[in-house]
Amino acid sequence: MTAHGHGDGDGLRIDHHFENADQQYQSAKLGMWVFLATEILFFGGLFTAYTVFRVNHPEIFIFGHHFLDKGLGALNTVILICSSLTAAWAVRAAQLKQIRMLKLMLVLTMLFAFGFLGVKGVEYNSKWKHGLLWARQYKPHVDHEQATEVQSVEVSIAGAEVGAEVIEHDSAGDTVTVESEVILVGEGGAPVPVPGEADRSKIAPAAEGPAGLAAPGSEEADDSFEVEPANAQTFFSIYFLMTGLHGIHVLGGIAAFIWLLIGARRGDFDSGHFTRVDMVALYWHVVDLIWIYLFLLLYLID
Amino acid sequence: MAVANTVLTGDGQNAGVGPEENYINHGKGILSWLFTLDHKRIGIMYLVAILSSFFLGGVFAMFIRTELLTPGQTIMTADTYNKMFTLHGAVMIFLFIIPGIPATLGNFVLPLMLGAKDVALPRLNLASFWLWLIGASVAVASIIIGAVDTGWTFYTPYSTTTSTAVVAMTLGAFILGFSSIFTGLNFIVTIHKMRPEGMTWFKMPLFLWSLYSTAIIQVLATPILGITLLLLIAERTLGVGIFDPSLGGDPVLYQHFFWFYSHPAVYIMILPAMGIMSELISVFSGKHIFGYRFIAWSSIAIALLSFLVWGHHMFTSGQSSLMNMVFSALTFSVAIPSAVKVFNWLATMYKGSIRLAAPMLYALSFLFLFAIGGLTGLFLGSLSTDIHLHDTYFVVAHFHYVMFGGTVIAFLGGIHYWWPKLFGRMYSERWAQVSALLIFVGFNLTFFTQFVMGSHGMPRRYYNYLERFTAYHQASTVGSFILAIGFLIMAGYLAHSLMKGELAPANPWGAATLEWEISSPPPHNNFNHEMYAGDPYDLPALRWDPSINGYVRRDPSSILATTEEAG
Amino acid sequence: MSNHEDTAVHVASVKLLVIVWIALIFGTWLTVSATYVDLGAFNIWVGLAIATAKAVLVALYYMHLRWDKPFNGFVFLGAFIFLAIFIGIAMMDTQAYQPDLIPGYSPGMGG
Repeated sequence: MTAHGHGDGDGLRIDHHFENADQQYQSAKLGMWVFLATEILFFGGLFTAYTVFRVNHPEIFIFGHHFLDKGLGALNTVILICSSLTAAWAVRAAQLKQIRMLKLMLVLTMLFAFGFLGVKGVEYNSKWKHGLLWARQYKPHVDHEQATEVQSVEVSIAGAEVGAEVIEHDSAGDTVTVESEVILVGEGGAPVPVPGEADRSKIAPAAEGPAGLAAPGSEEADDSFEVEPANAQTFFSIYFLMTGLHGIHVLGGIAAFIWLLIGARRGDFDSGHFTRVDMVALYWHVVDLIWIYLFLLLYLID
Repeated sequence: MAVANTVLTGDGQNAGVGPEENYINHGKGILSWLFTLDHKRIGIMYLVAILSSFFLGGVFAMFIRTELLTPGQTIMTADTYNKMFTLHGAVMIFLFIIPGIPATLGNFVLPLMLGAKDVALPRLNLASFWLWLIGASVAVASIIIGAVDTGWTFYTPYSTTTSTAVVAMTLGAFILGFSSIFTGLNFIVTIHKMRPEGMTWFKMPLFLWSLYSTAIIQVLATPILGITLLLLIAERTLGVGIFDPSLGGDPVLYQHFFWFYSHPAVYIMILPAMGIMSELISVFSGKHIFGYRFIAWSSIAIALLSFLVWGHHMFTSGQSSLMNMVFSALTFSVAIPSAVKVFNWLATMYKGSIRLAAPMLYALSFLFLFAIGGLTGLFLGSLSTDIHLHDTYFVVAHFHYVMFGGTVIAFLGGIHYWWPKLFGRMYSERWAQVSALLIFVGFNLTFFTQFVMGSHGMPRRYYNYLERFTAYHQASTVGSFILAIGFLIMAGYLAHSLMKGELAPANPWGAATLEWEISSPPPHNNFNHEMYAGDPYDLPALRWDPSINGYVRRDPSSILATTEEAG
Repeated sequence: MSNHEDTAVHVASVKLLVIVWIALIFGTWLTVSATYVDLGAFNIWVGLAIATAKAVLVALYYMHLRWDKPFNGFVFLGAFIFLAIFIGIAMMDTQAYQPDLIPGYSPGMGG
């Protein structure tokens, strides 16, 4: 790590204990990779909890994932992939002393990061409204306070398909699709996701507490999600732990990018010194990497 | 550089008493220490902090042993007793022994052994220290607000439901974990990137091999402790339900999480101690270390194998029979590299010219005590015997023999070995011998009795006990007081050394590693030359010079890099 | 383009960055589409394979491992290896002791 530049563009600053600039750069790089290894293991503990619970109680995950919006999850994945592009581009810009491009890429990366958090905020809000929180706070319900009318619609039977949609109207009489679900029931009664409906949020079927509408689920992989399995709340515990910790790391990344932007405006990178940008970008890519797995494991379960 | 030879001892000019300017008087005032980037100052601050923690943990130990003088209540209630052994464990492990040797002697000596001016990432080093201060403060605060009584292992579901200060203590440990990770990270980068000319991997001093292996464990295992403690805190504060059965969680899973870190952690404790041993045994036998490559590879082997055996802490927890057997079998493998080291040290001593200076007394104690500790580990690793010994005093005795009889004894040996380098002073050899003897006798009296007690069924962490164990407990307590006296004497002569000790030459022991080439204490910038590292155990390269009461190199130019320009 | 005295540091071309981006977006589409195809137990493995392919692309190209010293990559890989040990054994053990759980003994666990 080099000293903070004083904006005087005096060329690369080498700390006194290094023999040359390359040793300094390679040391910073190896240090960052070791740190990223620790991040993998840190998150890895949560992936372990996920694996253990899913392998032993798959029904909890099959049930729970229906309440996640695949479309929003995919959107967030795309957002982070774009942010990785801009972060990598920022490194390139810093290497080539393209300061304006650097600043643009840093700003874009941050915008994508905020976008990610925004989408997550929408998702968390929806969970909170429906009481789909972690174990001790798990109180699933349908929010009737804003609806003056609950209209349940459309049970169409076409071949093996059964669809149902619940549309609520708010007090102004406008249709507010607070929750809607379309269940396609395939052969044997197992629901099949509907292509094109992926961006609709899902209803919470249980009107009471953790016991749910039906008796606690059996050990069979019963995909029907009117039947809430025992310990369904565990899915949401894991969901919030994993996405929450990830979100905290996104916040940390945003802070780091702000720090870089301040440095860019101050002229720290004018001389072609890019190590700091490189290191923050490495961290950011790992944040993206972790999300790629989170999206798959939490949202795309069947 | 006009003043090329100012601080090097090679030419005999400054092999004697240290120069006026050194790292201690370079820069004045407490802020120059708290905000220093100098690894030597950071090492000294850590030394003060960690020895203070050892004292605090020791106080808790004395409370425990005093309470156990008689069955039933002696000086405290049962609830208080639960807090005492929890705090003794937590303070000793998280505040003292895990940072232990790497943060103190490692920080000071590692760059010097590399002929370097500092570690690779000095700011990160300072951050490690500050994190230690913050984490230790939070942990101590938890003691003040009511303390914890779960045992240092924080097993669920008790730890998730008890009303004691679990969150504060685990938060402290979480922060301390990051201090440990950053130290390990720094050492890995430093050893990879800052070795001097001539120092290939297999020309490194073995202390560096041990610090490197330790760093691997610190970096890979500690994050799991981090997430475990975070999950515990979340469980208590938010009720996430991963470990608490009443919320749908799995308490055995907690133990998997906890021990995945905590078993490798014990190798964080012992590996640096073994590294010190290699240095001490070689120097004080006057012989080249025997089996250098075996010792080097065994450090790496221990680091890697340590990750495969954590389930041996869980034989009675509800872990499946399948994994019980697997872990028991794997546990035997990890004993092998440790044994390899012991045999190589013995072979080093064979036909050597043994000097019984204080550091060597500790090295010899280590051999005896660690052998007992290690061998008794086998009884515990073997599934069938562990079923009876688990949670008895046998376990307590085993881990004190390896952690105290191993790590602490080697740490003391290292302190006595590097003391002249750190502070530029010698200590009273006579009083050091007295102290070492008291510690050895006191230690064995305290803990050997516990092996016997444990195999006869005395459970650990018990406040009350059957009459038939009274004699053992009382002997153990007497031993602990002898230990305490030994340490008090040590504090006395070391304090005296700082104030009035004989000034130390650069190389009082005749060792061949690079830290002995600069003055005692070292100057702020360590080396003014690029160094060339030869064989770190080439002891005949040094000769005694009576005029300075120390050792000098026969050929001073042999350790200067050939690319350096003369004069 | 060299920014240091001794070694040239690789600078990624815009073309390369964008090509990788396209591949990542395609991979995302592929993963989501795969969930609509019922492969039974294989679904998770297909998903993991695609995710890992994406991760490898990010690591090699965005994170520069393709042009870096290999040791940096070994460090990163090492973390995954040890994580795999932890996950693997935790999984094996928890599966193996499920039959030992006493139904109804703990309000929230098992049975």
